[in-house]
Amino acid sequence: MNFLANTWVGTWLEGLGQITLLAKEAIVSLFRSRISWRDLIYQLYFMGVKSQSVVIITGAFTGMVLGAQTYFQFHKVKMDTATLAVVSVSMCSELGPVLTGLMVAGRVGAAIAAELATMRVTEQIDALRTLATHPVDYLVVPRLLAAHIALPLLTAEAITLGIGAGYVVGVYLLGIDATYLWSNMLKYTSTSDVAIGLIKSFIYGGIVALVGCYKGMNCGEGAEGVGRATTESVVYSSITILISNFFLTLSLGAVFNTL
Amino acid sequence: MIEVRDLKKSFGSNLVLDGVSLRIEAGESVVIIGRSGSGKSVLLKHLIGLLQPDAGQVLIDGEDIVGMNERELLPVRRKFGMLFQGAALFDSMTVAENVGFAFRRDRQMSASEIQRRVAAALEVVDLPDIEDKKPSELSGGMKKRVGLARAIVYQPQIVLYDEPTTGLDPIVADSIDQLILRVRDRFEVTSVVVTHDMRTARRVGQRILMLHEKKIYAAGTPDEIFSSGDPLVRRFIEGVSDLKEPQF
Repeated sequence: MNFLANTWVGTWLEGLGQITLLAKEAIVSLFRSRISWRDLIYQLYFMGVKSQSVVIITGAFTGMVLGAQTYFQFHKVKMDTATLAVVSVSMCSELGPVLTGLMVAGRVGAAIAAELATMRVTEQIDALRTLATHPVDYLVVPRLLAAHIALPLLTAEAITLGIGAGYVVGVYLLGIDATYLWSNMLKYTSTSDVAIGLIKSFIYGGIVALVGCYKGMNCGEGAEGVGRATTESVVYSSITILISNFFLTLSLGAVFNTL
Repeated sequence: MIEVRDLKKSFGSNLVLDGVSLRIEAGESVVIIGRSGSGKSVLLKHLIGLLQPDAGQVLIDGEDIVGMNERELLPVRRKFGMLFQGAALFDSMTVAENVGFAFRRDRQMSASEIQRRVAAALEVVDLPDIEDKKPSELSGGMKKRVGLARAIVYQPQIVLYDEPTTGLDPIVADSIDQLILRVRDRFEVTSVVVTHDMRTARRVGQRILMLHEKKIYAAGTPDEIFSSGDPLVRRFIEGVSDLKEPQF
Protein backbone atom coordinates (compact mmCIF):
# COMPACT_ATOMS: atom_id res chain seq x y z
CA MET A 1 0.00 0.00 0.00
CA ASN A 2 2.91 2.32 0.78
CA PHE A 3 4.24 1.74 -2.71
CA LEU A 4 0.86 2.78 -4.14
CA ALA A 5 0.71 5.87 -1.93
CA ASN A 6 4.04 7.11 -3.30
CA THR A 7 3.12 6.80 -6.96
CA TRP A 8 1.21 9.32 -9.07
CA VAL A 9 -1.89 7.20 -8.50
CA GLY A 10 -1.61 7.86 -4.76
CA THR A 11 -1.06 11.58 -5.34
CA TRP A 12 -4.00 11.70 -7.75
CA LEU A 13 -6.27 9.88 -5.31
CA GLU A 14 -5.18 12.17 -2.47
CA GLY A 15 -5.91 15.24 -4.61
CA LEU A 16 -9.32 13.83 -5.54
CA GLY A 17 -10.08 13.27 -1.87
CA GLN A 18 -8.98 16.80 -0.95
CA ILE A 19 -11.14 18.33 -3.70
CA THR A 20 -14.11 16.27 -2.49
CA LEU A 21 -13.56 17.61 1.03
CA LEU A 22 -13.33 21.14 -0.39
CA ALA A 23 -16.64 20.59 -2.20
CA LYS A 24 -18.20 19.33 1.04
CA GLU A 25 -16.90 22.35 2.94
CA ALA A 26 -18.28 24.65 0.24
CA ILE A 27 -21.73 23.04 0.53
CA VAL A 28 -21.61 23.41 4.34
CA SER A 29 -20.57 27.04 3.88
CA LEU A 30 -23.52 27.68 1.54
CA PHE A 31 -25.93 26.80 4.34
CA ARG A 32 -23.98 28.26 7.26
CA SER A 33 -22.62 31.57 6.06
CA ARG A 34 -24.22 34.44 4.20
CA ILE A 35 -23.27 34.83 0.58
CA SER A 36 -21.48 38.02 -0.35
CA TRP A 37 -23.57 39.20 -3.31
CA ARG A 38 -20.95 41.76 -4.23
CA ASP A 39 -18.29 39.05 -4.61
CA LEU A 40 -20.70 36.73 -6.44
CA ILE A 41 -21.67 39.44 -8.95
CA TYR A 42 -18.01 40.34 -9.52
CA GLN A 43 -17.15 36.68 -10.15
CA LEU A 44 -20.12 36.32 -12.51
CA TYR A 45 -18.89 39.37 -14.40
CA PHE A 46 -15.34 38.00 -14.49
CA MET A 47 -16.36 34.51 -15.60
CA GLY A 48 -19.33 35.40 -17.80
CA VAL A 49 -18.78 38.80 -19.38
CA LYS A 50 -15.00 38.55 -19.63
CA SER A 51 -15.23 35.14 -21.31
CA GLN A 52 -17.43 36.42 -24.14
CA SER A 53 -14.78 36.69 -26.85
CA VAL A 54 -13.42 33.21 -26.12
CA VAL A 55 -16.87 31.62 -26.10
CA ILE A 56 -18.13 33.47 -29.18
CA ILE A 57 -15.12 32.46 -31.27
CA THR A 58 -15.15 28.87 -29.99
CA GLY A 59 -18.89 28.38 -30.51
CA ALA A 60 -19.12 30.06 -33.89
CA PHE A 61 -16.08 28.51 -35.53
CA THR A 62 -16.82 25.03 -34.14
CA GLY A 63 -20.32 25.24 -35.64
CA MET A 64 -18.91 26.43 -38.97
CA VAL A 65 -16.25 23.70 -39.20
CA LEU A 66 -18.67 21.02 -38.08
CA GLY A 67 -21.26 22.23 -40.61
CA ALA A 68 -18.77 22.20 -43.47
CA GLN A 69 -17.28 18.78 -42.58
CA THR A 70 -20.71 17.19 -42.12
CA TYR A 71 -21.87 18.61 -45.44
CA PHE A 72 -18.80 17.21 -47.26
CA GLN A 73 -19.64 13.70 -46.03
CA PHE A 74 -23.44 13.90 -46.22
CA HIS A 75 -23.36 15.38 -49.71
CA LYS A 76 -21.96 12.07 -50.99
CA VAL A 77 -25.13 10.28 -49.91
CA LYS A 78 -27.52 13.14 -50.76
CA MET A 79 -28.28 13.99 -47.13
CA ASP A 80 -27.32 17.66 -47.33
CA THR A 81 -30.33 18.90 -45.40
CA ALA A 82 -29.45 16.76 -42.37
CA THR A 83 -26.24 18.75 -41.90
CA LEU A 84 -27.59 21.24 -39.35
CA ALA A 85 -29.27 18.46 -37.36
CA VAL A 86 -25.86 16.86 -36.81
CA VAL A 87 -24.34 20.23 -35.93
CA SER A 88 -27.17 20.93 -33.50
CA VAL A 89 -27.13 17.56 -31.68
CA SER A 90 -23.31 17.60 -31.46
CA MET A 91 -23.18 21.17 -30.23
CA CYS A 92 -25.97 20.66 -27.69
CA SER A 93 -24.86 17.45 -26.05
CA GLU A 94 -21.09 17.29 -26.59
CA LEU A 95 -19.12 20.05 -28.27
CA GLY A 96 -20.90 23.01 -26.68
CA PRO A 97 -20.40 21.99 -23.02
CA VAL A 98 -17.00 20.33 -23.48
CA LEU A 99 -15.35 23.08 -25.54
CA THR A 100 -16.84 25.84 -23.38
CA GLY A 101 -15.66 23.95 -20.29
CA LEU A 102 -12.15 23.62 -21.71
CA MET A 103 -11.96 27.26 -22.76
CA VAL A 104 -13.21 28.44 -19.36
CA ALA A 105 -10.78 26.06 -17.63
CA GLY A 106 -7.99 27.76 -19.57
CA ARG A 107 -9.12 31.31 -18.90
CA VAL A 108 -11.01 31.28 -15.60
CA GLY A 109 -9.50 28.20 -13.90
CA ALA A 110 -5.99 29.51 -14.49
CA ALA A 111 -6.93 32.97 -13.18
CA ILE A 112 -8.54 31.50 -10.04
CA ALA A 113 -5.50 29.32 -9.33
CA ALA A 114 -3.02 32.15 -9.95
CA GLU A 115 -4.95 34.63 -7.77
CA LEU A 116 -5.43 32.26 -4.85
CA ALA A 117 -1.87 30.92 -5.11
CA THR A 118 -0.50 34.47 -4.98
CA MET A 119 -2.70 35.13 -1.95
CA ARG A 120 -1.32 32.01 -0.33
CA VAL A 121 2.37 32.75 -0.87
CA THR A 122 1.93 36.34 0.34
CA GLU A 123 0.12 35.05 3.46
CA GLN A 124 -3.13 36.80 2.49
CA ILE A 125 -5.08 33.56 3.03
CA ASP A 126 -3.55 33.23 6.51
CA ALA A 127 -4.49 36.88 7.12
CA LEU A 128 -8.09 36.04 6.18
CA ARG A 129 -8.08 33.23 8.71
CA THR A 130 -6.71 35.48 11.46
CA LEU A 131 -9.59 37.86 10.71
CA ALA A 132 -11.97 35.03 11.66
CA THR A 133 -12.96 34.46 8.04
CA HIS A 134 -13.14 30.95 6.64
CA PRO A 135 -11.26 30.95 3.30
CA VAL A 136 -13.89 28.65 1.80
CA ASP A 137 -16.68 31.11 2.70
CA TYR A 138 -14.88 34.08 1.25
CA LEU A 139 -12.83 32.65 -1.62
CA VAL A 140 -14.36 29.38 -2.79
CA VAL A 141 -18.13 29.80 -2.47
CA PRO A 142 -18.53 32.94 -4.66
CA ARG A 143 -16.30 31.41 -7.35
CA LEU A 144 -18.04 28.04 -7.23
CA LEU A 145 -21.53 29.55 -7.41
CA ALA A 146 -20.52 31.93 -10.19
CA ALA A 147 -19.00 29.06 -12.21
CA HIS A 148 -22.15 26.95 -11.72
CA ILE A 149 -24.27 29.82 -13.05
CA ALA A 150 -21.91 31.15 -15.74
CA LEU A 151 -20.94 27.88 -17.43
CA PRO A 152 -24.49 26.82 -18.45
CA LEU A 153 -25.17 30.34 -19.75
CA LEU A 154 -21.91 30.45 -21.70
CA THR A 155 -22.60 26.95 -23.03
CA ALA A 156 -26.10 27.95 -24.16
CA GLU A 157 -24.51 30.90 -25.93
CA ALA A 158 -21.86 28.71 -27.60
CA ILE A 159 -24.53 26.21 -28.72
CA THR A 160 -26.71 28.97 -30.18
CA LEU A 161 -23.79 30.55 -31.98
CA GLY A 162 -22.58 27.17 -33.24
CA ILE A 163 -25.95 26.29 -34.73
CA GLY A 164 -26.34 29.81 -36.15
CA ALA A 165 -22.88 29.72 -37.70
CA GLY A 166 -23.54 26.22 -39.09
CA TYR A 167 -26.77 27.52 -40.63
CA VAL A 168 -25.01 30.48 -42.25
CA VAL A 169 -22.27 28.27 -43.69
CA GLY A 170 -24.82 25.68 -44.90
CA VAL A 171 -27.21 28.11 -46.55
CA TYR A 172 -25.02 30.95 -47.79
CA LEU A 173 -21.73 29.17 -48.47
CA LEU A 174 -22.68 25.60 -49.37
CA GLY A 175 -26.10 26.34 -50.89
CA ILE A 176 -28.24 23.93 -48.84
CA ASP A 177 -32.00 24.52 -48.86
CA ALA A 178 -32.70 26.73 -45.84
CA THR A 179 -36.21 25.47 -45.05
CA TYR A 180 -35.34 21.75 -44.99
CA LEU A 181 -32.06 22.45 -43.18
CA TRP A 182 -33.86 24.29 -40.37
CA SER A 183 -36.81 21.91 -40.28
CA ASN A 184 -34.55 18.82 -39.96
CA MET A 185 -32.55 20.51 -37.25
CA LEU A 186 -35.72 21.09 -35.20
CA LYS A 187 -36.95 17.57 -35.95
CA TYR A 188 -33.85 15.72 -34.77
CA THR A 189 -32.80 17.95 -31.89
CA SER A 190 -34.66 16.99 -28.74
CA THR A 191 -35.08 18.79 -25.45
CA SER A 192 -33.00 16.08 -23.84
CA ASP A 193 -29.98 17.04 -26.00
CA VAL A 194 -30.15 20.60 -24.69
CA ALA A 195 -30.77 19.41 -21.12
CA ILE A 196 -27.78 17.01 -21.25
CA GLY A 197 -25.53 19.83 -22.48
CA LEU A 198 -26.65 22.22 -19.76
CA ILE A 199 -26.36 19.61 -16.99
CA LYS A 200 -22.85 18.76 -18.18
CA SER A 201 -21.85 22.42 -18.24
CA PHE A 202 -23.19 22.90 -14.70
CA ILE A 203 -20.94 20.05 -13.56
CA TYR A 204 -17.95 21.37 -15.54
CA GLY A 205 -18.40 24.75 -13.86
CA GLY A 206 -17.97 23.04 -10.50
CA ILE A 207 -14.90 21.15 -11.73
CA VAL A 208 -13.17 24.30 -13.05
CA ALA A 209 -13.86 26.33 -9.89
CA LEU A 210 -13.01 23.58 -7.41
CA VAL A 211 -9.80 22.47 -9.13
CA GLY A 212 -8.70 26.11 -9.53
CA CYS A 213 -9.44 26.93 -5.88
CA TYR A 214 -7.83 23.74 -4.60
CA LYS A 215 -4.67 24.16 -6.64
CA GLY A 216 -4.41 27.84 -5.69
CA MET A 217 -4.97 27.35 -1.98
CA ASN A 218 -2.55 24.42 -1.79
CA CYS A 219 0.25 25.69 -4.01
CA GLY A 220 3.95 25.36 -3.27
CA GLU A 221 6.15 28.22 -2.15
CA GLY A 222 7.30 31.14 -4.28
CA ALA A 223 6.83 32.08 -7.90
CA GLU A 224 7.42 28.49 -8.99
CA GLY A 225 4.57 27.32 -6.77
CA VAL A 226 2.20 29.87 -8.29
CA GLY A 227 3.22 28.88 -11.82
CA ARG A 228 2.83 25.20 -11.12
CA ALA A 229 -0.57 25.68 -9.48
CA THR A 230 -1.80 27.60 -12.53
CA THR A 231 -0.58 25.00 -15.00
CA GLU A 232 -1.88 22.08 -12.96
CA SER A 233 -5.25 23.74 -12.55
CA VAL A 234 -5.71 23.97 -16.33
CA VAL A 235 -4.33 20.50 -17.01
CA TYR A 236 -6.29 18.70 -14.28
CA SER A 237 -9.60 20.46 -14.88
CA SER A 238 -9.31 19.86 -18.65
CA ILE A 239 -8.51 16.18 -18.18
CA THR A 240 -11.30 15.80 -15.62
CA ILE A 241 -13.78 17.42 -18.01
CA LEU A 242 -12.76 15.13 -20.87
CA ILE A 243 -12.87 11.94 -18.78
CA SER A 244 -16.06 12.79 -16.94
CA ASN A 245 -17.70 13.71 -20.25
CA PHE A 246 -17.62 10.06 -21.31
CA PHE A 247 -19.31 8.87 -18.13
CA LEU A 248 -21.78 11.74 -18.16
CA THR A 249 -22.72 10.96 -21.77
CA LEU A 250 -23.44 7.34 -20.83
CA SER A 251 -25.26 8.06 -17.58
CA LEU A 252 -27.26 11.08 -18.74
CA GLY A 253 -28.08 9.29 -22.00
CA ALA A 254 -29.41 6.34 -20.02
CA VAL A 255 -31.43 8.61 -17.74
CA PHE A 256 -33.00 10.63 -20.55
CA ASN A 257 -33.67 7.55 -22.71
CA THR A 258 -35.69 5.98 -19.91
CA LEU A 259 -37.76 9.15 -19.35
CA MET B 1 -3.74 33.57 28.85
CA ILE B 2 -1.77 31.41 26.42
CA GLU B 3 -0.25 28.10 27.39
CA VAL B 4 1.71 25.76 25.14
CA ARG B 5 2.45 22.26 26.37
CA ASP B 6 5.06 19.96 24.84
CA LEU B 7 4.45 21.16 21.29
CA LYS B 8 5.97 19.10 18.50
CA LYS B 9 5.89 19.92 14.82
CA SER B 10 7.69 18.59 11.79
CA PHE B 11 7.37 19.27 8.07
CA GLY B 12 8.06 15.97 6.34
CA SER B 13 11.26 14.65 7.88
CA ASN B 14 12.29 18.10 9.14
CA LEU B 15 11.57 18.38 12.87
CA VAL B 16 11.03 22.08 13.69
CA LEU B 17 9.65 22.10 17.24
CA ASP B 18 10.43 19.31 19.68
CA GLY B 19 8.57 19.67 22.94
CA VAL B 20 8.16 23.43 23.29
CA SER B 21 6.32 24.56 26.43
CA LEU B 22 5.57 28.13 27.46
CA ARG B 23 3.04 30.22 29.32
CA ILE B 24 2.10 33.82 28.57
CA GLU B 25 -0.06 35.69 31.06
CA ALA B 26 -2.82 38.11 30.04
CA GLY B 27 -1.44 41.59 29.35
CA GLU B 28 2.13 40.33 29.19
CA SER B 29 4.51 41.30 26.41
CA VAL B 30 6.69 38.39 25.32
CA VAL B 31 9.34 38.37 22.64
CA ILE B 32 10.47 35.14 21.01
CA ILE B 33 13.96 35.34 19.52
CA GLY B 34 16.04 32.78 17.68
CA ARG B 35 18.01 32.24 14.51
CA SER B 36 16.37 32.26 11.11
CA GLY B 37 14.69 28.92 10.54
CA SER B 38 14.57 28.08 14.25
CA GLY B 39 10.78 27.77 14.18
CA LYS B 40 9.75 31.12 15.72
CA SER B 41 7.08 31.88 13.12
CA VAL B 42 5.94 28.25 13.18
CA LEU B 43 5.44 28.52 16.94
CA LEU B 44 3.56 31.82 16.53
CA LYS B 45 1.24 30.32 13.91
CA HIS B 46 0.39 27.48 16.28
CA LEU B 47 -0.89 30.00 18.84
CA ILE B 48 -3.66 31.16 16.51
CA GLY B 49 -4.33 27.76 14.93
CA LEU B 50 -2.86 28.55 11.50
CA LEU B 51 -0.81 25.38 11.92
CA GLN B 52 -1.77 22.20 13.72
CA PRO B 53 0.96 20.45 15.74
CA ASP B 54 1.93 16.79 15.51
CA ALA B 55 1.64 16.55 19.30
CA GLY B 56 1.09 18.79 22.30
CA GLN B 57 -1.49 21.32 23.42
CA VAL B 58 -2.17 24.99 22.78
CA LEU B 59 -4.49 26.46 25.39
CA ILE B 60 -6.08 29.85 24.83
CA ASP B 61 -7.86 31.00 28.00
CA GLY B 62 -7.89 27.35 29.08
CA GLU B 63 -9.40 26.06 25.82
CA ASP B 64 -7.30 23.59 23.85
CA ILE B 65 -7.38 24.63 20.18
CA VAL B 66 -5.41 21.64 18.89
CA GLY B 67 -7.62 19.44 16.76
CA MET B 68 -10.25 22.15 16.24
CA ASN B 69 -11.39 22.45 12.64
CA GLU B 70 -11.32 25.73 10.76
CA ARG B 71 -14.90 26.61 11.66
CA GLU B 72 -14.44 25.85 15.37
CA LEU B 73 -11.37 28.08 15.37
CA LEU B 74 -13.22 31.15 14.06
CA PRO B 75 -14.54 32.34 17.47
CA VAL B 76 -11.14 31.67 19.08
CA ARG B 77 -9.44 33.81 16.43
CA ARG B 78 -11.65 36.77 17.32
CA LYS B 79 -9.47 37.09 20.42
CA PHE B 80 -6.42 37.61 18.21
CA GLY B 81 -4.96 40.16 15.89
CA MET B 82 -1.89 39.35 13.84
CA LEU B 83 0.68 41.43 12.01
CA PHE B 84 2.41 39.40 9.31
CA GLN B 85 6.00 39.70 8.21
CA GLY B 86 5.02 41.10 4.80
CA ALA B 87 1.90 42.79 6.25
CA ALA B 88 -0.26 40.45 4.06
CA LEU B 89 -2.61 43.26 3.03
CA PHE B 90 -5.30 42.27 0.54
CA ASP B 91 -3.85 43.85 -2.58
CA SER B 92 -7.17 44.09 -4.42
CA MET B 93 -8.63 46.31 -1.68
CA THR B 94 -8.03 49.85 -0.50
CA VAL B 95 -6.55 50.58 2.93
CA ALA B 96 -10.03 51.28 4.34
CA GLU B 97 -11.38 48.01 2.94
CA ASN B 98 -8.40 46.14 4.40
CA VAL B 99 -8.75 47.61 7.87
CA GLY B 100 -12.55 47.34 7.94
CA PHE B 101 -12.59 43.86 6.36
CA ALA B 102 -13.77 41.95 9.42
CA PHE B 103 -16.56 44.46 10.12
CA ARG B 104 -17.81 44.31 6.54
CA ARG B 105 -17.87 40.52 6.71
CA ASP B 106 -19.87 40.64 9.95
CA ARG B 107 -22.49 42.99 8.48
CA GLN B 108 -23.52 44.07 11.94
CA MET B 109 -22.26 47.62 11.67
CA SER B 110 -23.38 50.55 9.54
CA ALA B 111 -21.02 51.83 6.84
CA SER B 112 -20.52 55.09 8.74
CA GLU B 113 -19.63 53.24 11.95
CA ILE B 114 -17.13 51.05 10.06
CA GLN B 115 -15.65 54.20 8.52
CA ARG B 116 -15.32 55.79 11.96
CA ARG B 117 -13.61 52.72 13.45
CA VAL B 118 -11.25 52.39 10.48
CA ALA B 119 -10.27 56.05 10.80
CA ALA B 120 -9.71 55.57 14.55
CA ALA B 121 -7.48 52.52 13.96
CA LEU B 122 -5.47 54.38 11.33
CA GLU B 123 -5.13 57.28 13.77
CA VAL B 124 -3.56 54.91 16.32
CA VAL B 125 -0.86 53.94 13.82
CA ASP B 126 -0.35 57.58 12.79
CA LEU B 127 -1.65 57.13 9.26
CA PRO B 128 -4.68 59.37 8.89
CA ASP B 129 -6.29 60.14 5.52
CA ILE B 130 -4.90 57.24 3.51
CA GLU B 131 -8.14 55.24 3.42
CA ASP B 132 -8.45 55.35 -0.37
CA LYS B 133 -4.92 54.26 -1.18
CA LYS B 134 -4.10 50.77 -2.47
CA PRO B 135 -1.38 48.67 -0.75
CA SER B 136 0.80 48.99 -3.87
CA GLU B 137 0.97 52.76 -3.24
CA LEU B 138 2.37 52.33 0.29
CA SER B 139 5.96 51.99 1.52
CA GLY B 140 7.07 48.94 3.52
CA GLY B 141 6.70 50.75 6.84
CA MET B 142 3.24 52.08 5.93
CA LYS B 143 2.12 48.59 4.95
CA LYS B 144 3.19 47.30 8.35
CA ARG B 145 1.28 50.11 10.05
CA VAL B 146 -1.86 49.39 8.02
CA GLY B 147 -1.43 45.70 8.87
CA LEU B 148 -1.23 46.67 12.53
CA ALA B 149 -4.35 48.85 12.21
CA ARG B 150 -6.17 45.87 10.68
CA ALA B 151 -4.97 43.64 13.52
CA ILE B 152 -6.17 45.97 16.28
CA VAL B 153 -9.37 47.37 14.79
CA TYR B 154 -11.36 44.53 16.36
CA GLN B 155 -9.80 45.37 19.75
CA PRO B 156 -8.41 41.85 20.27
CA GLN B 157 -7.10 40.53 23.57
CA ILE B 158 -3.91 39.17 22.03
CA VAL B 159 -1.78 40.65 19.23
CA LEU B 160 0.81 38.49 17.47
CA TYR B 161 3.67 40.15 15.60
CA ASP B 162 5.65 38.09 13.08
CA GLU B 163 8.99 39.82 12.42
CA PRO B 164 7.45 43.31 12.64
CA THR B 165 10.64 45.22 11.83
CA THR B 166 12.28 42.92 9.29
CA GLY B 167 13.22 44.73 6.09
CA LEU B 168 12.65 48.21 7.51
CA ASP B 169 15.22 50.94 7.99
CA PRO B 170 16.19 51.68 11.64
CA ILE B 171 14.01 54.79 11.89
CA VAL B 172 10.89 53.07 10.56
CA ALA B 173 11.71 50.01 12.70
CA ASP B 174 11.84 52.30 15.72
CA SER B 175 8.42 53.72 14.87
CA ILE B 176 7.00 50.19 14.65
CA ASP B 177 8.50 49.40 18.09
CA GLN B 178 6.81 52.49 19.47
CA LEU B 179 3.50 51.47 17.93
CA ILE B 180 3.76 48.00 19.47
CA LEU B 181 4.23 49.66 22.87
CA ARG B 182 1.42 52.13 22.19
CA VAL B 183 -0.99 49.32 21.27
CA ARG B 184 0.06 47.32 24.33
CA ASP B 185 -0.47 50.23 26.71
CA ARG B 186 -3.58 51.74 25.13
CA PHE B 187 -5.54 48.52 24.61
CA GLU B 188 -3.92 46.46 27.40
CA VAL B 189 -3.37 43.56 25.01
CA THR B 190 -1.16 40.52 25.39
CA SER B 191 1.68 40.89 22.87
CA VAL B 192 3.71 38.07 21.39
CA VAL B 193 6.51 39.34 19.16
CA VAL B 194 8.68 37.09 17.04
CA THR B 195 11.86 38.82 15.97
CA HIS B 196 15.59 38.54 15.53
CA ASP B 197 15.96 42.30 15.91
CA MET B 198 17.65 42.66 19.30
CA ARG B 199 16.68 46.32 19.62
CA THR B 200 13.01 45.45 19.21
CA ALA B 201 13.37 42.55 21.64
CA ARG B 202 14.88 44.77 24.31
CA ARG B 203 12.38 47.61 23.86
CA VAL B 204 9.05 45.79 23.62
CA GLY B 205 9.61 42.62 25.66
CA GLN B 206 8.79 42.22 29.32
CA ARG B 207 10.05 38.67 28.91
CA ILE B 208 12.26 37.14 26.23
CA LEU B 209 12.25 33.49 25.14
CA MET B 210 15.05 32.16 22.98
CA LEU B 211 14.26 29.30 20.67
CA HIS B 212 17.20 27.07 19.79
CA GLU B 213 17.56 23.46 18.66
CA LYS B 214 13.76 23.09 18.44
CA LYS B 215 13.20 24.00 22.12
CA ILE B 216 13.03 27.05 24.40
CA TYR B 217 16.72 27.42 25.21
CA ALA B 218 16.65 30.49 27.42
CA ALA B 219 13.99 32.61 29.09
CA GLY B 220 14.09 35.72 31.22
CA THR B 221 13.57 39.44 31.42
CA PRO B 222 15.39 41.56 28.82
CA ASP B 223 18.01 42.48 31.44
CA GLU B 224 18.57 38.81 32.32
CA ILE B 225 18.88 37.77 28.69
CA PHE B 226 21.10 40.67 27.66
CA SER B 227 23.42 40.10 30.62
CA SER B 228 23.40 36.32 30.21
CA GLY B 229 26.76 34.58 30.39
CA ASP B 230 25.58 31.66 28.24
CA PRO B 231 27.89 31.59 25.19
CA LEU B 232 25.10 30.70 22.77
CA VAL B 233 22.82 33.48 24.02
CA ARG B 234 25.67 35.97 23.97
CA ARG B 235 26.66 34.94 20.48
CA PHE B 236 23.11 35.49 19.24
CA ILE B 237 22.67 38.84 21.00
CA GLU B 238 25.99 40.15 19.77
CA GLY B 239 25.53 38.69 16.31
CA VAL B 240 28.80 36.79 16.19
CA SER B 241 29.09 34.37 13.29
CA ASP B 242 31.45 31.53 12.58
CA LEU B 243 31.77 30.83 8.89
CA LYS B 244 32.78 27.24 9.57
CA GLU B 245 29.29 26.59 10.93
CA PRO B 246 26.82 26.73 8.07
CA GLN B 247 23.91 27.63 10.36
CA PHE B 248 25.73 30.69 11.66
